[in-house]
Amino acid sequence: MAPHPSTWLQPRPEGLFCLPGGFFIDPTRAVERAVITHGHADHARPGHAHVLATAETLAIMRVRMPEGKAGAQQQNVAPGETIRVNEVAIRLVPAGHVLGSCQIILEYQGSRAVISGDYKRQPDPTCAPFEPIKCDVFVTEATFGLPIFHHPDASLEIARLLASVSLFAHRAHLIGAYGLGKTQRLIALLRQAGYDAPIFLHGALVKLCALYEEFGVALGDLRPATVADKAALRGAIVLAPPSAISDRWARRLDDPVIAAASGWMMVRQRAKASGVELPLVISDHADWQAILHSIAETEAPEIWVTHGAEAALIHQLDLLGLRGRALRLIGYGDDGEAP
Amino acid sequence: MRAFATLLERLLYTTGRNAKLLLLADYFARRPDPERGFALAAMAGALDFPGAKPAILRALVATRVDPVLFELSYDFVGDLAETIALIWPAPVQGAPPDLAAIVSALRTTPKSEVPALIGTWLDDSDVATRIALIKLITGGLRVGASLRLAKLALAQQFSVDIDAIEEIWHGLTPPYQPLFDWLERRAPRPEPGATPMFRPPMLAHPLELSDQARLNWAEYRAEWKWDGIRVQLAATPSGRRLYSRGADDISASFPEIIAAMDFHAVLDGELLVIRDGVVAPFADLQQRLNRKTIAARHRAAYPVAVRLYDMLFEGAEDVRAFAFDERRARLERWYHATKPALMDLSPQISFRTEADLVALRDTARRDGIEGLMLKAGASPYVGGRPKGLWWKWKRDPLSLDCVLMYAQRGHGKRSSFYSDYTFGVWTADRRLVPVGKAYSGYTDAELSFLDRWIRAHTVASYGPVREVEPGIVFEIGFDAAQRSSRHKSGIALRFPRILRLRPDKPAAEADTLEAALALLG
Repeated sequence: MAPHPSTWLQPRPEGLFCLPGGFFIDPTRAVERAVITHGHADHARPGHAHVLATAETLAIMRVRMPEGKAGAQQQNVAPGETIRVNEVAIRLVPAGHVLGSCQIILEYQGSRAVISGDYKRQPDPTCAPFEPIKCDVFVTEATFGLPIFHHPDASLEIARLLASVSLFAHRAHLIGAYGLGKTQRLIALLRQAGYDAPIFLHGALVKLCALYEEFGVALGDLRPATVADKAALRGAIVLAPPSAISDRWARRLDDPVIAAASGWMMVRQRAKASGVELPLVISDHADWQAILHSIAETEAPEIWVTHGAEAALIHQLDLLGLRGRALRLIGYGDDGEAP
Repeated sequence: MRAFATLLERLLYTTGRNAKLLLLADYFARRPDPERGFALAAMAGALDFPGAKPAILRALVATRVDPVLFELSYDFVGDLAETIALIWPAPVQGAPPDLAAIVSALRTTPKSEVPALIGTWLDDSDVATRIALIKLITGGLRVGASLRLAKLALAQQFSVDIDAIEEIWHGLTPPYQPLFDWLERRAPRPEPGATPMFRPPMLAHPLELSDQARLNWAEYRAEWKWDGIRVQLAATPSGRRLYSRGADDISASFPEIIAAMDFHAVLDGELLVIRDGVVAPFADLQQRLNRKTIAARHRAAYPVAVRLYDMLFEGAEDVRAFAFDERRARLERWYHATKPALMDLSPQISFRTEADLVALRDTARRDGIEGLMLKAGASPYVGGRPKGLWWKWKRDPLSLDCVLMYAQRGHGKRSSFYSDYTFGVWTADRRLVPVGKAYSGYTDAELSFLDRWIRAHTVASYGPVREVEPGIVFEIGFDAAQRSSRHKSGIALRFPRILRLRPDKPAAEADTLEAALALLG
């Protein structure tokens, strides 16, 4: 009989640890061997000795981390390819979260666990879609694990943004968006919707956009907002990290419409508290229904929840007759990058 | 209903006062009667639907959503209406009735049928409309715009003086048709008449050190600042009312005061619990507030009285334009002639120099007194908060340096921030014991720093409460320390608030329980 995943996959302070493989998945502190789902800072930390991830994730880590910190030894794996470490087979399968994001499929003595990392089910022109994999244990996040979260179709939110851009044609629209994933997705969605004017970028967003383009994601005419004059930015779309939209940086814009693109924008008071006038509910995470739908597709009898609103999700699993387990891993989703 | 929901949504996301005024003015100018009147009533909190209380909505949502999931969601969102609106499962179907039809349906539908009715409206609404609908029917409308702002928008839109609206406001009822008829010049201004109307009270500015230096002390009269609630007593031949400062009619809670108002005048004063001539702590007065009916033993246990300090009307005569000294003289003459029961005069404090008052204020640490009031002898009675006429000069708070122990998310605007803090002091054996909670006294930037710090330094979670490492020191200000059997520390702080963050102070050097106990009043 195949061993239950809890005998060979264990939560530790550093993160989830695969005993027979001797590696951590998305460890939150520097370790000997790490397998990494995607490049967001709470999942991809600096200083590991050996890192296994997709070529895109490794490239993202190199762009974001100081020289030599993105893993002393980097090993890239193509999605679908199987790597063996001791008796464990490791396979990476797209998670649909950001460029290069993958679920990690582990098989050991006939028992299979899927660590999904962060994922979403809405189509995203900048990354490969999530693929459900049948397994014995499905490890999921629950960032938006409450039934109040239902992310509308992103194209509807883009349409609202474009309506506002034409309504306030003399004002810049300053959109707070995370630098990795959200920024590029917003740009790609705007291009899909036929918006081909130049899009202006905060300096912190430039490198990752260039990296996306290197990997074949076309983003159109991008220009630095930092050197553009006030007049050129009137009526334009400007992207900046969320922390910059209500900061001194925004003063270079003349009376901008402050917008933000995040799943949290669903909650009005939260949107308001961040000083946002035009909240755009665009998320790179699965909403409540998408989490439940994904769980059903994996046909896993047991679900482990890494972080987020785990109490609600575990209660719902109970109602569905599935085993739920909160791993209570500390350190994910708290650095402001998760949405 | 959609137009009203859109107004609320835009008000929520609009930050500038002028932009909000424009939105409101635009709404009042465009929407038909009686819809705009009901919208105004909703902002005034003047609509009451006995069949539609929050408990009914909770019960209604429980028929559609798992209760545990609802509670967890409510804890996250922090706002009942928004939680219900977001979690409501039905897809949008049709369109709900308009605002006026909803008000009329709620008034005429039998109580037992109201939940089902609300359910169908929610089924037919999008999220924004659901929120507006729920806020409307439960009366919990916090729209990011006060009633005063709505009145100001009306005044601007229809070119009338805001005070002209305030004067007649309490004689009007929803949907305020005579008000709109007057504003649009179809009818004369409704007469305030002889009804016991609420008049906007005159409010004081806090006296800062910079003001203190500029004050010409000889022009001011001093009184104690009583620690009760500010009330307006309005008695005319056609009725008697007791109003709170915020224009709430609180007559029903204080029937003995109403009974004692056997005169014809409008008076300004402080409602206090007074036993044998001694003012009781504010906590005693709290026992009498927010009660619709009052048992006789409650009245006996917490006997109230009014300490009078100003007069707005003597008989039918409006005396507000007279100088304060003149009004005070009239008030004294009237008081000695009328001798009303359960009322006395707030004494004036004689002083020669600023130094006399500084000394008095510093020693004024006893029940019932919060500090001093300074009123310009020449000041007319002006509603609102006119600059420089009345000053409140509170005694300095006591303070302790306390360590943040637990944090919880706030409600409303702060619903996703860890904004409610429990703090403690060190015991002799170096354990932290909680001494109080504070929700205010930090800037937005500090709140956002604290929120991030708390998330990164959580050592344990108990449901919505996070326990954090001892690492943040607050200087906590409070008005008094009282013994408490409810707190492990044995002490409770009155009106605790964060005076400032002390990033310079290591947690280990915060105050001790011994130091806190030494401040017991």
